[in-house]
Amino acid sequence: MAAHIPLAPVESSTEARIRTLAGDLKQQPGALLPILHAVQDTFGYVPECTAAVLATELALSRAEVHGVISFYHHFRTRPAGAHVLHICRAEACQSMGSAALERDIKQLLNIDYHQTTADGSVTLEPVYCLGNCACSPNIRLDDAVHGRMTLAKTERLLQLLKEGQA
Amino acid sequence: MTRLYLSCDSCALSVGADELAQALTAQLGEQIDLQRTSTRGMFWLEPLLEVDTPQGRVGYGPLTAEDLPSLLAADLLNGGDHPLCIGLVEQHPYLARQQRLTFASLGHNRPLAMEDYAAQGGWSGLQRALNLSPQQIVDEVKESGLRGRGGAAFPTGIKWQTVLDAQAPYHRGFDEAVKFIVCNADEGDSGTFSDRLVMEDNPFQLIEGMLIAALATGATRGYIYLRAEYPHAHRVLQQAITLAEQQGYLGEAILGSHHRFHLQVRLAAGAYICGEETALLESLEGKRGMVRAKPPLPALEGLFGQPTVVNNVISLASVPLILSKGGAHYRDFGQGRSRGTMPLQLAGNIRQGGLVEVAFGVTLREILYDFGGGSASGRPIKAVQIGGPLGAYIPPAHFDTPLDYEALAAVGGMVGHGGIVVFDDQADLGQMAAFAMEFCALESCGKCTPCRIGSTRAQEVLARIRQGEDAEDNLALLTDLCDTMEQASLCALGGMAPYPVKSIVKYFGEELHSVSQTPSAGGQH
Ligand SMILES: Cc1cc2nc3c(=O)[nH]c(=O)nc-3n(C[C@H](O)[C@H](O)[C@H](O)COP(=O)(O)O)c2cc1C
Ligand code: SF4
Ligand code: FES
Repeated sequence: MAAHIPLAPVESSTEARIRTLAGDLKQQPGALLPILHAVQDTFGYVPECTAAVLATELALSRAEVHGVISFYHHFRTRPAGAHVLHICRAEACQSMGSAALERDIKQLLNIDYHQTTADGSVTLEPVYCLGNCACSPNIRLDDAVHGRMTLAKTERLLQLLKEGQA
Repeated sequence: MTRLYLSCDSCALSVGADELAQALTAQLGEQIDLQRTSTRGMFWLEPLLEVDTPQGRVGYGPLTAEDLPSLLAADLLNGGDHPLCIGLVEQHPYLARQQRLTFASLGHNRPLAMEDYAAQGGWSGLQRALNLSPQQIVDEVKESGLRGRGGAAFPTGIKWQTVLDAQAPYHRGFDEAVKFIVCNADEGDSGTFSDRLVMEDNPFQLIEGMLIAALATGATRGYIYLRAEYPHAHRVLQQAITLAEQQGYLGEAILGSHHRFHLQVRLAAGAYICGEETALLESLEGKRGMVRAKPPLPALEGLFGQPTVVNNVISLASVPLILSKGGAHYRDFGQGRSRGTMPLQLAGNIRQGGLVEVAFGVTLREILYDFGGGSASGRPIKAVQIGGPLGAYIPPAHFDTPLDYEALAAVGGMVGHGGIVVFDDQADLGQMAAFAMEFCALESCGKCTPCRIGSTRAQEVLARIRQGEDAEDNLALLTDLCDTMEQASLCALGGMAPYPVKSIVKYFGEELHSVSQTPSAGGQH
């Protein structure tokens, strides 16, 4: 059956892809955040043209869309590395030595927060609580939280990443 | 075949539960029936493996796959003794001493198994609500004495009454005179995870609570505003909603009645201020999370200008039991104006961290030592921060304070969302004071100057005090700044960020003056 349905030409430009993502969601009231999530999930970040495209799609001003993107810590406007490593900086993790872990991980990766390693493999971000505060200190690697963290365990996780197993 | 139980909660996963499950299956295969259940909330024991025996479930934890050979040698499948065996799980003092009402199912259900939810008494509150008038439902919640568990402790029944009484205007986008139930699942406070536990471990309970709220107020649509830091909860909720829709609990004609309720999860985007209810509503509307001035109350003009209930996850998850057992049953727990139970969350530098649901009135000391077993590091506990990043640091001199809203307020503290973060004597509280202001500056929505600018100034002043510059003058300046923030901020972020700082000045003043050489806090194991 499916073979008889003419396929729409695949639009490949970034603008067109963002328009398609918006198209699926924009009917619902308050659609901007869900669309921005879809954009970031697709591209790994929110590309620069997003504000202009979504302003047209949602009948907002470009400044309004830009204002929303810049308000939320979650949305990044530059591409991330292949993996994102979040270190929890909040109080419970601090009470279990997260500041030292943070310092050691930065040293290990040789980057600061919001930066990506030279080989493009890891972007480092701070996070304020992962909801695992009874097993502090915590980090999040992509979508998985890892508790009771130490530098050695972090190194092992990063090694597994390199081997493509984490 | 022996039945084993292992949690699939994100806490258990974060310390290797899946790896353990794989090893168990690989080694024991057909011999076992491994059930992935909700957690017990005894997180220091995760991954906690439980084995069915004729006497009850015997527990082992915390385990790694490497423990398997010795466990098998110790006759694991018959509940044999082992250094990591904790005996009969139900009789563990940590559990036996709790009054689990809202979290009664923990450890007993598979989170997405609807048959498990029903077997635990699920949906009976909804069934009863379907036979009551909206006013009768609201009265039941009022009777329970339930106060909002998100932090502000406002009586839930009174909030629902306002929304029930409100006349909803017609809304074009929804093509009806819609009212909303919004669940605040932004859980941003450090030291808290009880919302996460409901959503990951018993998601139908939240759905049932929201349905009852909808029946009580005439709402037809609901949103769960979920923090982006909880991807696991997101997946579980999405699946739970789909299952509930398929079984007729959500959508049109709920369980064949004339009621309808449509529920959606909306993902937040990493802004602490969006836990404040009006900023949350702005965010749901697709805007920057700027705090709105009140009035109008969200109950009257909330989401998209429509009457809206905004409730915390725990508030909503408490409602099914209140309806099924009656408001009086719930009210009979607790003391004074703090009725029912509070799911406390023991976190940070504590030996036995986890969920402690008890009736209001237990003292902090009992929580920290009888339940918590003292610090994780084995060193003396120096302070606890209760109620999240805006909560005061409480010194040991106040550890005999009973945990209820009023008693804690009397010593300058707050219950908040029930998070208790423990610090041992190695912690650098001067650094924690600076962190409180750093966090406020980072998360300020920017609407009012005292919060936006004051928090940055306070950081600078604190830095100077810590360097020993004009300590006295700077301390006076800090006090001034704190007072201004408290008095002139629109919401509690700016208004309460001074609390942790002032409590440290008051109880741990000498620590402000010392800049430690090492990064803050000790206790790494
Ligand atoms: C800065 C700030 C952050 C807040 N964060 C949360 C939160 O993460 N979750 C929550 O339920 N309430 C939070 N609140 C409280 C909400 O504004 C509101 O009181 C609550 O959602 C109402 O629900 P309840 O009555 O069921 O507690 C926050 C308040 C402030 C001022
Ligand atoms: S106190 Fe801070 S967070 Fe609250 S409204 Fe004012 S600027 Fe925004
Ligand atoms: S404070 Fe780090 S997980 Fe909560």
